[in-house]
Amino acid sequence: MSTNNLHSSNLPGRHRLGRVWLVVFQVALVVGVVALCALLFNILNGSFGYVAVQDKVNPATLAVDGVPLEELDKDTLIQVLQANISAGLMARYEFDKPFAERDAGEVYDLILERVVAPEFVAQWSLYESLTNAGEVRATAAQEYPEARLEFRSWLNWHFLRAPQSSYPEIAGVRTAVLGSLWTISIAVLFAFPVGVAAAVYLQEYAPDNLINRIIQTNITNLAGVPSIIYGILGLAIFVRALGAFTSGIAFGVTDPATANGRTILSAGLTLGMLVLPLIIINAQEAIKAVPSSLRQASYGLGATRWETVWHHVLPNAMAGIMTGTILAISRAIGETAPLIVIGASTFIQVDPEGPFSKFTTLPIQIYQWTARPQSVFRNLAGGASLVLLGLLLTMNATAIILRNRYRRSQ
Amino acid sequence: MSDTAQATASLNGAAILSKDLSIYYGDFQAVRDVNLDIQTNRITAIIGPSGCGKSTVLRAFNRMNELIPSVNTKGEVLFRGENIYAPDVDPVEVRRRIGMVFQKPNPFPKSVYENVAWGARINGHKGNLDELVHSSLKAAALWDEVKDKLDQSGLSLSGGQQQRLCIARTIAVRPDIILMDEPCSALDPIATLRIEELMRDLAKEFTIIIVTHNMQQAARVSDRTAFFSLSEDGKRAGMLMEYGDTKTMFTRPEKKITEDYITGRFG
Repeated sequence: MSTNNLHSSNLPGRHRLGRVWLVVFQVALVVGVVALCALLFNILNGSFGYVAVQDKVNPATLAVDGVPLEELDKDTLIQVLQANISAGLMARYEFDKPFAERDAGEVYDLILERVVAPEFVAQWSLYESLTNAGEVRATAAQEYPEARLEFRSWLNWHFLRAPQSSYPEIAGVRTAVLGSLWTISIAVLFAFPVGVAAAVYLQEYAPDNLINRIIQTNITNLAGVPSIIYGILGLAIFVRALGAFTSGIAFGVTDPATANGRTILSAGLTLGMLVLPLIIINAQEAIKAVPSSLRQASYGLGATRWETVWHHVLPNAMAGIMTGTILAISRAIGETAPLIVIGASTFIQVDPEGPFSKFTTLPIQIYQWTARPQSVFRNLAGGASLVLLGLLLTMNATAIILRNRYRRSQ
Repeated sequence: MSDTAQATASLNGAAILSKDLSIYYGDFQAVRDVNLDIQTNRITAIIGPSGCGKSTVLRAFNRMNELIPSVNTKGEVLFRGENIYAPDVDPVEVRRRIGMVFQKPNPFPKSVYENVAWGARINGHKGNLDELVHSSLKAAALWDEVKDKLDQSGLSLSGGQQQRLCIARTIAVRPDIILMDEPCSALDPIATLRIEELMRDLAKEFTIIIVTHNMQQAARVSDRTAFFSLSEDGKRAGMLMEYGDTKTMFTRPEKKITEDYITGRFG
C-alpha cells in the first residue's frame, strides 16, 4: 500500500496498543471469574463431605416390645422420652409446648435429639472427601471406632425443614428462611409503591427548581449510605419512636417477647427504607427511558397528565422498574448489619407468625453459625449460604419471568 | 364557549387565528409577532428554512409547547372566538379539539384497535367504540389493510401505515383542526403520496395545518401557504414573511425573500 508523507506510519504501534488493552480486559475478566469460582468452591467445600456420626444411645435399644422406635405411637414415645431424660427437661418441653399439642413426629424428633443424640465427632471438607477418601476412612476408623462414616450433604430436606437448634445434628434454617421471606415481603410492600410513586412525581410532575434538585441529589446520595446507618435509623424510628405500632400493642397484640418493638415489622420497614432510594432511582431511570413521543401522542389526544402517566408512562416503564426492584431486593435480602442493630434474635426456634413476631434472617443465621467455636457449625453455615443463594436465584428468576411476561403482553 | 354564530363572526371565517403571537425559549425569542388566520376546511402549509420556528408556531396552536418547561408564549390564539391562552382555558380541552400528528409515527405500543379507541375512551366517547374504530380507520384509508389485525400491536405496521394509524387515532376524538408536523418526513415517496391523498379527503371535514420542508408537497397539497423566515435584524427570530393562496405564492410571490426560498436559492 502506498503511503503519503502526511501521516507517520504508526499503524503497527496503534494495533499493538489495542492488543495490550485487550489483554488487560481479558485479565480483568479472568480475575472476576476466579473470584466467583473461589466463592462457590468455598461454599460447596463446606456444604458437602464426610462426617463421623456417633450415637449416645443406639436407637435399636429403645425399641419397646419389639416395635422399633420409629413405629411407636405418640404415648409410648412420650414414655420413652420420660424414661431417658430428666424431669426438669421434661417440664421445660411441656412449658414450651404442651405434649398434648405435639404430634408423634415431634416427640420422635425430641427423642432423636435428646436420647439417641447422634453427634458429629468429626467432619471433612468436600475437597478432602473427594481427593483423599481412603485416608479419611482410615483416620475415622482409627480415631472414632464407635462412629459410622457417612457422606453428608449439609443442605438437605431436614435442614430446610427444621428450626434452629444448638445441636448441629438437628439444626435447620426454617426459622431463618421464614424470617427472611417475611421481612423482605414487608420491605417490598412498603418500598415498591412508595418508591414508584416518588419516582413518578420527581420525573413527571416536579418542576425543575432548587428544592427538587436538592431532593434529587439527596435521594441519589442516600442510595450510597452504609446500611448500618439505616439500622440506627430503624432503631430510632421503628423500634423506639413507633414501638407501640411495630410491637403490635396499638393493635391489641400483647406478646411480652416483642413488646420492645424488635419485630419483623420493624425489620421489614428498615429494609424498605434501605432499598427505597434504590427503587426510586431505578424507577426514575425506567421512566426517563419511555420515549417522549409517547407522552406527546397522549397529550395530543387530549389526555391529562395523570392519564398519560397511568396508561403510557408506567406500563412502558414497568419492565425497567421491576428490574430495578429485583436488584434492590437482592441487596436487601443479604443485609445483616441493620437487622443486628434493630435487634434480630440470633437464636429463636419458633416460626414467625406475623409482622409482630420476633425474627431472625438467613444472613444473621449464617453469621451466628460462623461465629461459633465448633467447626461443625461452619458446615451448617455453608449449607445456609447455599439456601440463601438459592432463595436469591429463585426470587430473581421469578421476577425476570414476570418481567418478560409483562414485556410480551405489551 | 360563546355561541357558534358569534364565534364565527369574530373570527372572520377563520378556524383559528393568532394575534401578535410571540414565543420564547427562555430569553430567546424564537417567534415574533405572528398574525395568521387559518381558513376553515382548508389545508394550510407552513414552509420556511430550518430553525425559523415553523413547528413552534404549529405547536402553539394546541398549547403543546407548554410541555417544554422553558417555553413562554405571548399574544393570543383565537379559536371559536376564545383565546386558548386565557387563564380559564384548560389545555387538555384545547388539545382534544385541535389534534396533532407528529413528525415520526408514534403509535402507542398497544393493539391497532386500542390505538384508535384509547383517545376516544378517555375523552368520554358515548357511542359504539367498534364503529368509531372502524370509521376512523376507514377515514384514514387504513381499514382494508388492518381489518384482520386489529389486535396486533400498532408497532407491527409499516412506517406509512403507522402514520395513518396516528391520523386515525387523531380523528377518532373528532377534533376541529388537525396539526401535522412534517408528517411525511420519515416516510418513503409512495407512503408520502398516500398521506397526501388522505389529507385532501380529510380537508372536507377538518381544517388542516401542515408544516413541511418539502416545497413540492406544499404546492401539491395545500390551499394556502405561509412562508416563515428568520428576522433580518440579526436576532434570528422566526417571522411570518408572506401568506396567501398557494398558487399565487408559488407563481407570483410578493417578496423577494419568498421567491428566493421557493426557487431554491436558500434554505
